Amino acid sequence: MGFLDIKNATKSYGAVKVLHETNISIEEGEFLVLVGPSGCGKSTLLNMIAGLEDITSGEIAIKGRSMNGVKPAERNIAMVFQSYALYPNMTVKGNISFGMEMHGMPKEQREPRIAQVADLLQISHLLDRKPGQLSGGQRQRVAMGRALVREPDVFLFDEPLSNLDAKLRVDMRTEIKKLHQKLGTTIVYVTHDQIEALTLSTRIAVMFGGYVQQLGTPKEIYDDPANMFVAGFMGSPSMNLFPAKIVASANGSAAEVALHGGQTAQIPFANGAMSAHQGREIILGLRPEAITDKDGADRNSQSVHIVECPVEVTEPAGSDTFVVTQIGGKDVTGRFRADVNVKAGETFPFAFNMEKAVVFDPKTEDRIR
Amino acid sequence: MSASSSASTGNGIARFILYTLLALFCVYYLLPLYVMVVNSLKPLSEITSGGMMSLPETLTFAPWQSAWSQAQVGVEATGLRPYFINSIQMVVPAVALSTLLGALNGYVLTKWPFRGSTILFGLLLFGCFIPFQIVLIPMARMLGLMGLAGSVPGLIFVHLVYGIGFSTLYFRNYYAAFPTELVRAAQIDGAGFFTIFWRILLPSSGPIAVVCIIWQFTNIWNDFLFGASFSDFDSQPMTVALNNLVQSSTGVKEYNVHFAGAIMAALPTLLVYIVAGRYFVRGLMAGSVKG
Repeated sequence: MGFLDIKNATKSYGAVKVLHETNISIEEGEFLVLVGPSGCGKSTLLNMIAGLEDITSGEIAIKGRSMNGVKPAERNIAMVFQSYALYPNMTVKGNISFGMEMHGMPKEQREPRIAQVADLLQISHLLDRKPGQLSGGQRQRVAMGRALVREPDVFLFDEPLSNLDAKLRVDMRTEIKKLHQKLGTTIVYVTHDQIEALTLSTRIAVMFGGYVQQLGTPKEIYDDPANMFVAGFMGSPSMNLFPAKIVASANGSAAEVALHGGQTAQIPFANGAMSAHQGREIILGLRPEAITDKDGADRNSQSVHIVECPVEVTEPAGSDTFVVTQIGGKDVTGRFRADVNVKAGETFPFAFNMEKAVVFDPKTEDRIR
Repeated sequence: MSASSSASTGNGIARFILYTLLALFCVYYLLPLYVMVVNSLKPLSEITSGGMMSLPETLTFAPWQSAWSQAQVGVEATGLRPYFINSIQMVVPAVALSTLLGALNGYVLTKWPFRGSTILFGLLLFGCFIPFQIVLIPMARMLGLMGLAGSVPGLIFVHLVYGIGFSTLYFRNYYAAFPTELVRAAQIDGAGFFTIFWRILLPSSGPIAVVCIIWQFTNIWNDFLFGASFSDFDSQPMTVALNNLVQSSTGVKEYNVHFAGAIMAALPTLLVYIVAGRYFVRGLMAGSVKG
């Protein structure tokens, strides 16, 4: 049993089931990110943990205590909202101390905690201002201060960075991560941004259509996706997914793919993988960084194979050049070194690192291992 | 160069016409007030000799004094003072209660919706548009049953019932634009139903509260029908007393006193507009754009 246990929790609005049986268990100090496109049920799940939405069936427990029917105020949680939800009529100080006041803490105990949190978040000079007089980043800090000062068991973050501009978002992301490392609190964090999910979390639950598609560490989610949705959703640029057929080859089996212009090529799998599935139509998944130019390939990999492919487009991005070809009718992007001499229209050797290859069933979209 | 100067000349003429028109309208609208003020400061003889429009030859405040405390209203020569007090006693609680209940209704309807809350709101809205005359007899019966017939509290009750529809409409639309996340944040912070209302929503309701207060105050203060129907001699509001003063069929018609009384009856609403008027427009805009 973990620190936060979600057991078979579901949520329905009338006949519509927005969250199917969900099981997640995390330990104290973990940073769980719920990630998925809008409407996937992630915010609903967060609101259920907060107690702002009822659970239709199942159970949510914090520290072994069932939270079903417990009021939000009595769950010892704190929440940071997307819009910050600062009380407009109160000063920053009033905002931060409101929760403690509601819990009946005397004023002399509140003051040092406000000072401590304000110091931690560097908002001491803002304490007497109203939220309307603050910038987006400052409001964000105040919202976090309001949550921190309560010293809750679990912090809930509902897309806290999505209202900030791009640069500030990256800064605050780092700040949240630092804060988590410093304080070691348990956090549940909702976002639709897969980069936030990968950078912040110790564990990720990728959600889609009311189901948890995969629960795992960032590395597991990234390298070992359970299905095509997870593979395509996580990572930027997203994973290349293209049709192939498994055929027998000299050292086991290979993926036979259709290149642009009618040719086919065979790319052998690493270490005799996929031998059990010969003859099967599959979807092959390779991340852009596993498709490189010859010299940029991973030197530790035992299974790099060169295939001459026609180049459709090159996209120099400063640190890398993204090179696009077509395999099986799909655009496939490779991540080449920045100074590689490749031009659109010519044929160029692409290096496929098959150790990183993942294989999916085209119909069920599930992983084939 | 010449084009721009001719354009500015054309502009000047247009502006001259515009301002002249505006000035004319202004005079047109202010004329009745002028007549009232001027005649309330004249001895009766000056009015009866035909000088309605002229300025007073002898300035006198006697008509005001008379209207306030001496004139014959109904059967007694009390002036309008007791009725003015009646009106104040009626309008203050009625406005305060209907505004507060409207705010509470708006809060519940937007932040704590329940099954049928939309229909309930629809019915409340419908209540705004029921003609007053229809409810006179049932209301009289109700007030009788409650033991409030012919009293100031009875009038307060009637105006409260009629006011809730509009005040709910105002506050519901205002709170619909109020972020629900704030309510949720307060819930997590441990605030209860009424604490959220008092500490979070009400302090942010200034503009719409002003709109609501002006609206209710004007309507209730100026109401004649309910005042005439549901009051006794000792609980009549200002409007009814003014009518009795003007309509009294005994003695000479003291027009100067009538003018003074009419101004007195209009002053409180005027005062409310002057004090809170600028919020009125602002609040109406806020409600309409965001709601």
